Amino acid sequence: MSGLIENNGLLLGWLLVIGQILLFTIVLLLSLAFLLLMDRKVWAGVMMRKGPNVVGPFGLFQSFADFGKFLLKEIIIPAGANKTVFLLAPILSLTLAFGAWAAIPVAPGWVVADLNVGILYLFAVSSLGVYGIIMGGWASNSKYPFLGSLRSAAQMVSYEVSIGLIIVTVILLAGSMNLSDIVNNQQGGFWTWHLFSFNHVLMFPIMVVMFVMFYISALAETNRPPFDLPEAESELVAGYQVEYSSTPYLLFMIGEYLNIVLMCAMMAILFLGGWHGPVALGSEFVGLFPAWIVNLGHLAWFMAKVVFIFFLFALTKAVVPRYRYDQLMRLGWKIFLPTALVCVVLVGGYVVYAGVQS
Amino acid sequence: MNVIQTLRGIFLTDFLSAFVLGIKEMFRRKATVNYPFEKNPISPRFRGEHALRRYPNGEERCIACKLCEAICPAQAITIEAEPREDGSRRTTRYDIDMVKCIYCGFCQEACPVDAIVEGPNFEFATETREELYYDKERLLSNGDRWERLIAKNLEQDAPYR
Repeated sequence: MSGLIENNGLLLGWLLVIGQILLFTIVLLLSLAFLLLMDRKVWAGVMMRKGPNVVGPFGLFQSFADFGKFLLKEIIIPAGANKTVFLLAPILSLTLAFGAWAAIPVAPGWVVADLNVGILYLFAVSSLGVYGIIMGGWASNSKYPFLGSLRSAAQMVSYEVSIGLIIVTVILLAGSMNLSDIVNNQQGGFWTWHLFSFNHVLMFPIMVVMFVMFYISALAETNRPPFDLPEAESELVAGYQVEYSSTPYLLFMIGEYLNIVLMCAMMAILFLGGWHGPVALGSEFVGLFPAWIVNLGHLAWFMAKVVFIFFLFALTKAVVPRYRYDQLMRLGWKIFLPTALVCVVLVGGYVVYAGVQS
Repeated sequence: MNVIQTLRGIFLTDFLSAFVLGIKEMFRRKATVNYPFEKNPISPRFRGEHALRRYPNGEERCIACKLCEAICPAQAITIEAEPREDGSRRTTRYDIDMVKCIYCGFCQEACPVDAIVEGPNFEFATETREELYYDKERLLSNGDRWERLIAKNLEQDAPYR
């Protein structure tokens, strides 16, 4: 949140900023623990299994038990591995995943860094994530991790292109790169969300296509099934993670899931109206409550949307078979890229001729 | 390329129907058995942990014929034998290396006196490898512990042997 340092003096301001970051990180990690459990539960549900249900009521504390297990295991560093890079890779991966979250607004004004080019920052940082994977695969000095990291790099780079173009359409409609502005452009009810954009009726079919394409690209970008080629169990065992154990593996996994949830959050912000509820409540009603309660309500809407999209992610993992590598590349370069380009042109033309933005 | 197939690809119909199917499956009865708390019934022929049986009067059944040692495909059984004071042939050593054992059940098939059997117990995981080198004492104590179940299983399986 801006103005903390200016308003509170240097020392107190910095302390408040650090406190905010800590609070955000802790809440994020805690929700991640339960999202991980939800992932496993959804996956189990589709397979008619019960999923983890022993640790705590309904297995709610399973993630914490796993966390403890990962921490207590032995860190194995392969003999031929480049030790520095090997250990740096998961740290980099996790740091970047956390860094990207700084720009995500979870409620009006509740954002660690309200950048006016927030979406560029998000895009840049999530693109850097591929370095962690490449470093991990390379430093392991082993065949499967190397192949896995190469695949992953190629895949993430290809789908980033289409994701970038899809984001451009949203930026054109919103007229801003600030994530808070993009969210506020969608206030008023679900019909103004970019996914539906009934206020620009002509854009409705295009934005639906963009949403679906963003969803699929996000799956590919985060190496989730059906695009989990970098970690294809049947071919590469676990891809770039093969040689990792214990805490480094844990860091990789947290980084990966943070990226997945980040993608869910981006979809919620770009297409589903971020913290705005499906129907706007009148200001007379909202005015009855103090601002922080209203913000908590907004936060709840945001989280609900993220959880919904994460549910779709988890469901996808359970129901679809894995793509072949050439099919993946064909989909990315021959279908998504041209479609996204055409849509950028159409949305751009609409914005110019319909005069949506001043 | 087939037009209908292309259209189905564009509108992701297969994907969506898979979603619906997945959500339907979530509400079906779970097939999970809560293992440590619930267990599935097992067949009387189940081949689990080995046991050496005794006759009802407490005399051990094994007569050291070494047929089990001979037939064991994994060569997991080691037997040494010499006559006892009363002149009967008995084993002085009967070891099974449970790490080598492949649980084929040939030993219990070969045994003429139903002495070595594979019991219904399958929960004998250990922390160290050494604990899985079973000696005669361990096998006999297994037999004492599981005798009732083993006898019942043998009786149930007898018509089919």
